[in-house]
Amino acid sequence: MKAETVHSTQQMNHPPQVKPFLNPPYHRKKRGRVTGLFFHLMLTAGALLMVFPFFWTITSALKDNSQIFASPPKWIPHPAVWSNFSDSLQAMPFAGAYWNSFYITTVIVVCQLLTASMASYAFAKIRFPGANVLFILFLSTMMIPKQVTMIPVYLIIKNLGWVDSHLALIVPNALLNGFGVFLLRQFIMGIPKELEEAAIIDGASPFRIYWNIILPLIRPALAAFGIFTFLATWNNFLEPLIYLSTPEKFTVPVLLNSFKGLYVTDWSLMMAGTTISVIPVLAVYLIAQKYIIEGITMTGIKG
Amino acid sequence: MVQKQRMFWGYLFIAPQLIGLCVFALLPLLGVVGLSMTEWDGFGKVKFVGWNNFIQQIDNDAFWMALWNTVYYTLMVIPASITLSLLLALALNKVRGKAIYRLFYFMPVVTSSVSIGVIWIWILNGDFGILNQILKQIGIEGPDWLTDTDWVMPSIAMLSVWWGLGYNMVIFLAGLQGISRSYYEAADIDGANALQKFWHITLPLLSPTTFFITIMAVITSFQVFDQAYVMTQGGPAKASYTMVYHIYDQAFVHYQMGASSAAALILFLIILVFTLIQFRMSKRWVHYEG
Repeated sequence: MKAETVHSTQQMNHPPQVKPFLNPPYHRKKRGRVTGLFFHLMLTAGALLMVFPFFWTITSALKDNSQIFASPPKWIPHPAVWSNFSDSLQAMPFAGAYWNSFYITTVIVVCQLLTASMASYAFAKIRFPGANVLFILFLSTMMIPKQVTMIPVYLIIKNLGWVDSHLALIVPNALLNGFGVFLLRQFIMGIPKELEEAAIIDGASPFRIYWNIILPLIRPALAAFGIFTFLATWNNFLEPLIYLSTPEKFTVPVLLNSFKGLYVTDWSLMMAGTTISVIPVLAVYLIAQKYIIEGITMTGIKG
Repeated sequence: MVQKQRMFWGYLFIAPQLIGLCVFALLPLLGVVGLSMTEWDGFGKVKFVGWNNFIQQIDNDAFWMALWNTVYYTLMVIPASITLSLLLALALNKVRGKAIYRLFYFMPVVTSSVSIGVIWIWILNGDFGILNQILKQIGIEGPDWLTDTDWVMPSIAMLSVWWGLGYNMVIFLAGLQGISRSYYEAADIDGANALQKFWHITLPLLSPTTFFITIMAVITSFQVFDQAYVMTQGGPAKASYTMVYHIYDQAFVHYQMGASSAAALILFLIILVFTLIQFRMSKRWVHYEG
């Protein structure tokens, strides 16, 4: 008796239960499949547009003059002219530039990971006097575009005697990152107190807590921030452009820029140089794409 | 820990970043304000000139040219980039194989501005560039993209949209994936159609993401420099001369540190005002859940 009432009220409360009849499931699925196909077409067209410039750069790098100016355009180079690569490697010290970019970026990333995580640990967990004011100062530096303070920073670097030295790029970038401090603090704030308290009772110093407890726990955030910093530093152009004047000291972007200035009409050579600047980065990207994209997304959302 | 210990450890931990903050942010910020009121070539004597540099900027055609080009660029890039990346993210959210699409769309994001610039110089070349070759095949005579004063800024805007599309798309996608399915299920029961669901659920719940992307995009658009420097050196006839280019040009080509600092401060104020306006307006259209 009771069960029957429940059953009937359920039916009463849900008159649209008839709806599946009017809107048969197979209908929905079919429509879903058509829109799905449409989405795939749209996304594929977009993906082709994203990749095409890279394809065109690499194929242009393998052409000789008769092929590069061919009309209608020649899509696949034949014969492929590999000498463009050796020519551009000979024309410009790309290997040296790669080394410069690599070691400058690595030093900056390692220092950033250390100094930013240390500062954010202090801001998140050690209630020291002045912490709030200082943290707000860090936050506000995030809002000042680098170009605004570019001139005084240049003058400071000049006074330190670091113009045309890699120190000009390394030191300011290794020591200050308001965004990093903010980002990592967000993560450290989320670590429950109990985890440190046990260590504090055991008499661990703040440094041991930071090193043995905090750092391992924020590893994903560190990875994301590291990737973000790596890309930003590797691709940085304006600063090396201002500070460096000796070609042997150039980073990859600055070298490619001066290469462009010298060979502006020799398109296949220029494309070979560009390919040399792009391929290693894309190779690393293809290997680590999941981490790179997720890391960048994470810094974007948490920031 | 006692107060004294906390003080010691706290300052020890922030010491490196604090030094960086003082030497490379606070001091330069004071410096740029001070310099903006002087006349100085960076070597000789410093001369105090008060507001003169600001007045000079307002009289300077190059300044207005730079400001207009930057605003024009921003007006082209932001709507196009946000609309396209949102559409792509919506589509991507509905299909299988997200990772492989994401892989392609993100490729330009990891590439340096200089490489991107050189690649597009070749694509956009008026005589031999592939874009005009393709246009010719379908009967359109393409312009000299980078050497025509009317087309140079739209061209740079176009490649910037291409460059940043993948970034905005993955951020939008993450935002979309953060919207609880229960809203859509409730809407299904109420018999809402796809458009209604988009308008009444997706857009409002995505608005914090849209807000974040817009704020970041406005700030970075106002700082546009690399593309213009690499591709056109601000030309032809200063048609792609931007604000940051103006700051760079005055300081490092003409050695007018004071005038350049004044321009830099004006740019900072513009970005600050735009960002504050956006925050103010956000109260009307950004919905935070809960």
